[in-house]
Amino acid sequence: MKEENTPTPEQLVSIDFEPPRKSWMDPAVKFRKGTYCYSGVAKHVKYLDLPNPREWQPTDSDWKLPPDWKKIILDGMKERLEKYRSFRLFMDICVRCGACADKCHFYVGSGDPKNMPVLRAELLRSVYRRYFTTAGKLGRLAGARDLDEGVLKEWFYYFFQCTECRRCSVFCPYGIDTAEVTMIGRELLNLVGCNINWVIEPVSNCFRTGNHLGIQPHGFKDSIDFAADDLEEITGIKVDAPINKKGAEILFIVPSADYFASPHYYTLLGYMLLFHEIGLDYTFSAYASEGGNFGLFTSHEMIKRLNNKIYAEAKRLGVKWILGGECGHMWRVMHQYMDTMNGPADFLEEPVSPVTGTRFENAMTTRMVHICEFTADLLKNNRLKLDPGRNNHRRVTFHDSCNPARAMGLLEEPRYILQSACNHFYEMPENTIREQTFCCGAGAGLGTDENMEMRMRGGFPRANAVKYVHDKYNVNMLTCICAIDKATLPTLMDYWVPGVEVGGVHELLANALIVEGERERTTDLRGDSMEQSGAETTDA
Amino acid sequence: MPTYEVDGRSYAVDEDGFLENPEIWNEDVAKDFASSEGVDELTEDHWKVINYIRKYYIEFGIAPMIRKLCKESGFKLNEIYQLFPSGPAKGACKLAGLPKPTGCV
Repeated sequence: MKEENTPTPEQLVSIDFEPPRKSWMDPAVKFRKGTYCYSGVAKHVKYLDLPNPREWQPTDSDWKLPPDWKKIILDGMKERLEKYRSFRLFMDICVRCGACADKCHFYVGSGDPKNMPVLRAELLRSVYRRYFTTAGKLGRLAGARDLDEGVLKEWFYYFFQCTECRRCSVFCPYGIDTAEVTMIGRELLNLVGCNINWVIEPVSNCFRTGNHLGIQPHGFKDSIDFAADDLEEITGIKVDAPINKKGAEILFIVPSADYFASPHYYTLLGYMLLFHEIGLDYTFSAYASEGGNFGLFTSHEMIKRLNNKIYAEAKRLGVKWILGGECGHMWRVMHQYMDTMNGPADFLEEPVSPVTGTRFENAMTTRMVHICEFTADLLKNNRLKLDPGRNNHRRVTFHDSCNPARAMGLLEEPRYILQSACNHFYEMPENTIREQTFCCGAGAGLGTDENMEMRMRGGFPRANAVKYVHDKYNVNMLTCICAIDKATLPTLMDYWVPGVEVGGVHELLANALIVEGERERTTDLRGDSMEQSGAETTDA
Repeated sequence: MPTYEVDGRSYAVDEDGFLENPEIWNEDVAKDFASSEGVDELTEDHWKVINYIRKYYIEFGIAPMIRKLCKESGFKLNEIYQLFPSGPAKGACKLAGLPKPTGCV
């Protein structure tokens, strides 16, 4: 939904950012509507036992910081420099070559030099140098600056203008993971109570009811039952969708938006129909009813606590292994943090597909398999019958969701599924896909409406690549495998490339899936006629 | 805490203008909030959507799935956008006095 005062695409594309006429070391942040997120609401901050719950907003001149806030931040930095060698390394090794500078979607879309990853990280490095290096005693000459409230506010502004997508890291000759710099920056801000509500409320809800949205078990069941009834209307088949079933072979974890929002919901229908067709012995969980882990946008401690819920539930239910749905950053947590935080999950069995017998050796320590790996394996072994003609009304491209692509290297599997299930598939330009994929502009907790101008700026490079295939091939559907993408790309498309819908990989798979005993399908899972040609949909 | 003022009445709301205490909601509240969502007059169709959301919220503590709302109320998603310009999760939920949904939505 566009906010009333969001600039038009024409205004927004003519970037006229003028840096202030003083040194970059002097903070000059202006919290302008549309470019920042609201603060974490006190009751949620309190619920999570996080420091300094209070009523405040970034636009206030007094942020009501604790009196010893500076000491808290510097002690926190010291602790993290000792605990995370990667953090110290990333503070020390950057040579400011600038290879990352124009790789950031926020820099491309805003023109603000402090959104160049190198300079965004330098906001923190300058403080690191001042207090933790010998050369830093020389002050500005050595690229060091004092920590004051202006610097802290600048951190808040820019660390919540980074979606932790890690595109810049792909181009860094030193392999600096800028997302980890942002993560530490946000973690330090959290120590003095500076966080955003779009992150904190989902985290708090997740502890309270099991998911970001605050859906309770009876609401969860109501939604899953509704989906099963809906599928019966579309296909004539009543699928079984067990919840909290002890002794099931597989625990299936999805982002909660899959059973709440649209277009996510059609992907949920897709999973359920697929599992019915292959007779999978699986269960949903009303406790581990969230794949998303907004701990990644809060602190390492929070990542660990949230991730642990999934494994506690796998243990309680006595499943053999875990399958995960079309969720984005859940896979960064699984692939890069879970093992050292809560793993190895050796109380579970090595994941083996009950249909094909394939052993997922890549998931030996986490015991958790991505649904696209699982489904691509079914297709490779000819275990599914598909009629790709049922997707002929869709002219499809694929947005590599940042985390599955860059954090776990899941590049081929979704394409293999889409190319099996669709006759019209077109790739966006090569420097905008796969490991070079451009972010949706709203990840890492920034997908909230008050941040709309920055979302449209940050999403511009992605939208521009979609426009290319829309203009050239009449592409009318942008697919992705992340719930934040599914929530925020429709708004981005309406803004920059009207006429392109957003869908999931398993939604299109299930459109094409020939299910034993089904009646002839007259519509796709959305209830849309399959007769239209793609070009007509685009022009409509 | 921000407030929403209309005809001399004042409501505590969140930053997005959603009612802070969903329990104080009644039909007059919906009427008072309508103009903040660009709705001139609440018609029978508006009430159908609002009442369904409200009833669901009381039972489940959350808004219904968007797909369920469409199916049960008989309106297509674009029709709900016509009724509530900022959509089901924002406009319709706000007039029904629900908190704003958060997460990957």
